[in-house]
Amino acid sequence: MHSQAIELTSMRESKPLRSRPKRDRERLVRIVLAIAGWMTVVILALIMIMLFVEGLPIFAVTNPFSFLFTSQWFPVSDPPVFGILSLIIGSLMITATALVIAIPLGIGAAAFLAEIAPPPLREAIKPVIELLSGIPSIVLGFVGFLLLAPAIQRIFNLDSGLNGLTAGILLAFMCLPTIVSISEDALSAVPREYKEASLALGATRWQTIYRVLIPAARPGIVASVMLGMGRAIGETMTVLMVSGGRLAIPSFITDPMSAMTARIAIEINNAVFGGLQYQALFAIGIVLFLITFSINLVADLVLEKQRRRYA
Amino acid sequence: MSRIVRIIALLVSVSLFLAACGTPTATSPTTGSTSPSLEGGAIVVKGSDTMVNLASAWAEDYMIERQNVRITVSGGGSGIGIAAFLNKTADICNNSRPLAQEELDKAKAAGLEPVSIVVAKDGVSVVVHPSNPIGELSMEQLAAIFGGKITNWKELGGADSEIVVLSRDNNSGTYTFFKEHIVQMKDKKAEYGLMVQFLPTSQGIADEVARNPKAIGYVGLGYLSDKQKALAVKTATGSAVLPSVATVLDNSYPVSRPLFCTTNGQPKGVIQDYLAWILSPKGQEIVRSLDFVPIQ
Repeated sequence: MHSQAIELTSMRESKPLRSRPKRDRERLVRIVLAIAGWMTVVILALIMIMLFVEGLPIFAVTNPFSFLFTSQWFPVSDPPVFGILSLIIGSLMITATALVIAIPLGIGAAAFLAEIAPPPLREAIKPVIELLSGIPSIVLGFVGFLLLAPAIQRIFNLDSGLNGLTAGILLAFMCLPTIVSISEDALSAVPREYKEASLALGATRWQTIYRVLIPAARPGIVASVMLGMGRAIGETMTVLMVSGGRLAIPSFITDPMSAMTARIAIEINNAVFGGLQYQALFAIGIVLFLITFSINLVADLVLEKQRRRYA
Repeated sequence: MSRIVRIIALLVSVSLFLAACGTPTATSPTTGSTSPSLEGGAIVVKGSDTMVNLASAWAEDYMIERQNVRITVSGGGSGIGIAAFLNKTADICNNSRPLAQEELDKAKAAGLEPVSIVVAKDGVSVVVHPSNPIGELSMEQLAAIFGGKITNWKELGGADSEIVVLSRDNNSGTYTFFKEHIVQMKDKKAEYGLMVQFLPTSQGIADEVARNPKAIGYVGLGYLSDKQKALAVKTATGSAVLPSVATVLDNSYPVSRPLFCTTNGQPKGVIQDYLAWILSPKGQEIVRSLDFVPIQ
């Protein structure tokens, strides 16, 4: 049905103007692009199938409830015990910390870039912020292990600098670029008239940003936060290096903790192929997939709303 | 350190792979200076992180002597090495623990016949921060600390502060060895305590212990430096013994273990020559120089 519609448009547009070989080439390009587009869908579907085929069998051994809501994780003991509650809580705590730090900083930076910074400064700062997202996570993890962890331990007088807070701070840096650049786009997309009307009514610059522009750009900002969150919850290497690797349920953010991603990364290499530990790790992957999937879905819906508002 | 070695090992293996693509191994000229009659070949070695520095040093020296042999070494953990051995992607597996029954079954199913030989010994040293006043602990006390039953240094005669317990992660042979040897010494069902922090590398443990006065952890002898203090360990009967090459060798240090190289069947050809070289005085001298313990 789709291709028919495409063909119709292409015929209508090209018949009087283009020669036959040109039209054929056009069609070929369309087909190639369609294949590329469908490929991503197919690959995603295959990954999902693989994830579920490898992961679901674990629930024949451990019931889903105790898998999700108990916290004993002894995958190589005899008999093995699989409970990932502490990992889920660890992931959520680290991600929440990252967002608490990254949201105010990110929206502030976006508002500065969109509204306050003179254009030359904006052109200088934006690429630098985007460069931040290019730092490999293992490098960030290394910096965190060597510099941030001892500092955190000293400042908060903790037993160990390898903890959720250290991981959260590093992850905040990882999701900042996403939040800043999408929020900035959203703020810039707010029609000029809003700003002009607000200023004409006598509102100060700060009132304009805080009361008019940010609310108007809210869907875009929310989406940027969601995408940043997706990045934070899926991040592995940094978390693995600095979160402390304790398997108990953390009671506070400054406790050492483990995240789902880090567990998978550490154990998958050692797991007997197709064994229980292997299945359990894939089941963690399913949980992670469902979480990031729903985050991205919500972000998409919200972004779509923004698009429609100013279309 | 081990991370760097691993990166180098990766680079070496990639370049070797590329080199192998350029010139088929079979036609490469035989330039081995000492015994030109020996066939050349490529050996893939994989396994224990504890052994990766040692294995790299062996491979480097051996390849200088036998230039027609290419050896690639990588770490990751005994479990990873054994998995690679079972998948037939490694010729020699370095394991710091014997194969588990499940792994033996897998090998049988895959038509493999794992043969492990002891190539060196390792003392697992329990380390604390140099400022820690405690100098020795008994095996029982270690079991209580790592099992989560003792949580304050005060209970051991130290300062009144929390004990930060560091362990290797469960992909490490040292994890299994320490669990079976210490944590489960009294109770076969015992597990590491809930408050234990699992770190992905031995170097990570060594670094964290070096800067954290509350920490205790365990690493192979090769990771010891003056930034950590190794504790003397007391058995139920004997006196406290510090980990060292001498005490591991005379079996007086209780937390020691053999390190294995595992091959499929009795080693043949170039692999046999390589393993024989490892067991020779030259190979064992390298063991000594890296602070592991030679087998004689």
